[in-house]
Amino acid sequence: MLPGILGTKIGMTHLFDEEGRMVTVTVIQAGPVYVTQVKSDQDREGKTDGYNAVQVGYGEMSDKHLTFPKFGHLKKSGVGKNLRTLREFRVDDVSGFELGQEVKAGDVFADGQVVTVTGTSKGRGFAGGVKRHHFKGQHMTHGYMTHRRPLASGATGPQRVFKGTKKPGRMGGDTVTQKGLKIVKVDAERNLLLIDGPVPGANGSLVTVKKVSN
Amino acid sequence: MSKQAILESVVKENLKTDLPVIRPGDTVKAHVKVREAGKERIQVFEGVVLACRHGGVAENVTLRKISNGVGVERTFPLHSPLVAKFEVVRRGRVRRAKLYYLRDKVGKDARIKERR
Repeated sequence: MLPGILGTKIGMTHLFDEEGRMVTVTVIQAGPVYVTQVKSDQDREGKTDGYNAVQVGYGEMSDKHLTFPKFGHLKKSGVGKNLRTLREFRVDDVSGFELGQEVKAGDVFADGQVVTVTGTSKGRGFAGGVKRHHFKGQHMTHGYMTHRRPLASGATGPQRVFKGTKKPGRMGGDTVTQKGLKIVKVDAERNLLLIDGPVPGANGSLVTVKKVSN
Repeated sequence: MSKQAILESVVKENLKTDLPVIRPGDTVKAHVKVREAGKERIQVFEGVVLACRHGGVAENVTLRKISNGVGVERTFPLHSPLVAKFEVVRRGRVRRAKLYYLRDKVGKDARIKERR
């Protein structure tokens, strides 16, 4: 089976578990995804993809926004849907996957499983050193006239600032992977995953949920 | 289905439908399930509602009572399965949503008029 699934972060809410404790959960609309391409390292008439992977597509888009190359690619897979996102999952064995196959959240995950969630973090724009790198900053009171500035960024010895020195700048919008998250519940009927705690990214953004390999 | 609608449907089975209307200033009995030595019993916590926090499944009330001369406050999630029942004993007439000023009042000052 697929090692993971694509989904949309819906938002966060609370649930009560069997012992009555409140659990904070993130709701993810996971799948259904459709197999659009199967890559294999097997030799096929002198050609090979070089590795084993399954490409799946998720989400829908209008005809207007579908590019012609993507249209052709999807037509070849025979899915019959305008899939918005295509992603690959590396697998050990590609047998059992066929083009156009539908994969749902319930097929991949079960309650209590540990997963890794990858998303794009919220953009913070041009952020200062205190927010971006957890600089201490200076005192807010007692006559200090600098409050959240980075101050000195190097020595007088080399007379220059080293590359990669922590400075204010663009923050967020990075790919963030959160490991060791637990699935509280899988709603197979509606393709929902309820994950304990927060996951990276804004509500409505694309997330990849992967099983932890043993 | 909108994102909000999905979130609401997820918590639907966790919501209680038989809750009384609880407002700040009311005196409320909370029947708490206590598990001791494998047995479950009901413990009643009766107090004045200092504050209500709204918001779906996470709604809660803060109750305050004077126990042996010591002020005790406890916050209960309204939809928690650990609270068997909420019971309104008395309705109070207050002019504020949060009654935190009651913490500084003792005895006769801490009284609340009954609402009719």
